[in-house]
Amino acid sequence: MEKKFFQTSIKDSLFTGLIALALFGPIVGLRTVAKNEVLEVHPKWFIVLIIVIVCAVGRFLTNLYIYNRDQKTGIQSSIGKSISNFLDTKGYQIALTAIIFSVIFPFLPFTDRYLMDIAIMMLTYIMLGWGLNIVIGLAGLLDLGYVAFYAVGAYSYALFAIHFGWSFWICLPIAGIFAAMFGVLLGFPVLRLRGDYLAIVTLAFGEMIRILLLNWYQLTKGPDGLTGIPRPSFFGLPFKSFPDEGEQTFHTFFGIEYDPMQRIIFLYYLILVLALITNLFTIKIRRLPIGRAWEALREDEIACKSLGVNPRNTKLTAFAIGAMFGGFAGSFFATRQAFISPESFTFIESAIIVAIVVLGGMGSQTGVVLATVFLIGLIEVFRDFESYRMIAFGGAMVLIMIFRPRGILATRKPTITLEKSSSK
Amino acid sequence: MDTAYFLQQLINGLTLGSVYGLIAIGYTMVYGIIGMINFAHGDIFMVGAFIALISFILFALTSIALPIVLLLTLLIAMVFTACYGWTVEKLAYKPLRKSFRLAPLISALGMSIVLQNYVQAAQGARIKTLQPVIQGGFTFMEDTGFTVSLSYLQIFIVLVTIILMAIFTLLITKTALGRAQRACEQDRTMTALMGINVDRTISITFIIGSSLASVAGMMFVMYYGVIDFYIGFLAGIKAFTAAVLGGIGSVPGAMLGGLLIGLIEVFWSGYISIEYKDIAAFTVLVVVLIFFPTGFLGKPDIEKV
Repeated sequence: MEKKFFQTSIKDSLFTGLIALALFGPIVGLRTVAKNEVLEVHPKWFIVLIIVIVCAVGRFLTNLYIYNRDQKTGIQSSIGKSISNFLDTKGYQIALTAIIFSVIFPFLPFTDRYLMDIAIMMLTYIMLGWGLNIVIGLAGLLDLGYVAFYAVGAYSYALFAIHFGWSFWICLPIAGIFAAMFGVLLGFPVLRLRGDYLAIVTLAFGEMIRILLLNWYQLTKGPDGLTGIPRPSFFGLPFKSFPDEGEQTFHTFFGIEYDPMQRIIFLYYLILVLALITNLFTIKIRRLPIGRAWEALREDEIACKSLGVNPRNTKLTAFAIGAMFGGFAGSFFATRQAFISPESFTFIESAIIVAIVVLGGMGSQTGVVLATVFLIGLIEVFRDFESYRMIAFGGAMVLIMIFRPRGILATRKPTITLEKSSSK
Repeated sequence: MDTAYFLQQLINGLTLGSVYGLIAIGYTMVYGIIGMINFAHGDIFMVGAFIALISFILFALTSIALPIVLLLTLLIAMVFTACYGWTVEKLAYKPLRKSFRLAPLISALGMSIVLQNYVQAAQGARIKTLQPVIQGGFTFMEDTGFTVSLSYLQIFIVLVTIILMAIFTLLITKTALGRAQRACEQDRTMTALMGINVDRTISITFIIGSSLASVAGMMFVMYYGVIDFYIGFLAGIKAFTAAVLGGIGSVPGAMLGGLLIGLIEVFWSGYISIEYKDIAAFTVLVVVLIFFPTGFLGKPDIEKV
């Protein structure tokens, strides 16, 4: 019995090795290199050999040590469950600690420019995640074109700020409104679609916006992008080292030394406030009739219709509000970068945001934060290996779907529960 | 001149349509059998194109006759790409078969990112150019001022597509495998109770879909002569549009849809605007899904409470 098992394991791992050879042999083993405009093949059999051996031995070991044992179900899920239980009981304190930590973060001794940049990036993704969570998590509409609203927000902010010279605080709501209008525009035709079809159409919509931005040269400068987008000012006080004659700047007004970090810290607080507003809004709207209607629609559309919920308006508001927050985040992105081009709004951005929402556990606000820290952290750790980091990213998406298909925080708490009936 | 121009667009459109049709079959079969959009299918097509490219380069060093090179490359691309399709299904979709509805789609998205970046890492990010494999062709209507050309390559592409389609239709209508496949589409549990290995049938579906996509990849690299790791994304969406247009789940529909998408794209770039040619396919996708969700040959999707 034992021997037979051993034999089948060896056979199985040899087969795995063979498959690995077929997979990696041509693509990894025969690298095409252009030489004098003619492609040549440079063999790299050594790497293939290593990969094949790793695959075969790995398969053998997993056969021996994992499948051989009795099925211990739910090792992975128990971790997630204990995390979410912990968050349930201590949720308020943890949220408070996290917020306090993020407020004092810029003044911690180890915080430098690099960490601040990552923190700002993470907060942008957290905000986008929270915005998309309204569409995916609450209303249950899988939107793969969310980056379109991000782009609309960024471009409308940039165009208004450049051409009319309006300040950030005027442009921000305008960008939000524009993005929300695009949300409705997209929402209207796709209302009848569900699930996979909806996902593909939103993806197509996102790409259409990008192609439009690339080709509408008069308005968007096409692939060259928009430059010279005004930086935000601290309530009218710009961050400049050498102010113009008679102009008040941030450091002269407060009588402190100029430091380029001041602007970074201001941007950090800006996105922190924007993100927290998004979060607060979502938490509050969940308890309103419209929020309840979204969640009900996610669970069962037909039941909703028969109970008098208008699916069209409900879905449209979800699209519009989700898009609006995407637009806000887009304006922040534009003002932070001072340069935007269609390059920044590719499909991969949508995929990252969707991954954040789904991996966090759809509908979970804390999950979005955890998933952002995990995924963006992963991308940052592998930052020197441009394409390897995306392999790790995609692989993480697949693995989490396999082991925790409902996301890291998978428990879905009912937002409303019936009172226990008194008759026992 | 006008007729000649039209004819030229028609020829180009049919060639491009054949490529889309071959990819679309993979989408439509997988959707039919397990009800998911195999998002990574476009990238499987891209892998197929790369394998065909490598094979062509290697054969160029030898002195084997062209028809044999074509046949061997076709087989090599099909076999190796089928391995990819099979592995992707085993790794990323099979564990999720009983999961919630969006899980396989997200897993497929992850797989698509993995495949793209894997090829980028292994083969480099720069575009790859292939010297023309089949040269020459017919020209006619020369006196009208616009010469219509029909290259041997275009004839080859359309012919191979027709032959593969014929073989494939026979496979699905006449063999036990095809019956098992159609049974799985209707009811997987019942099929399993009838003694059919459902897992194996699904695996074979993926293998067939991937090998057809690899043929499309081979056509693509021969026709355009330029590929990079990103071609799968757009081609994938367009082929998916083709599958939807023809009626998702229907194999002849996929071919028909592919031809239509190819024609629409070519005529759009020929007569309206070449910059916005990708928007044409997307618009068709949106319009079809909204007004015409069952496509030409699809079955209506009845929602039961």
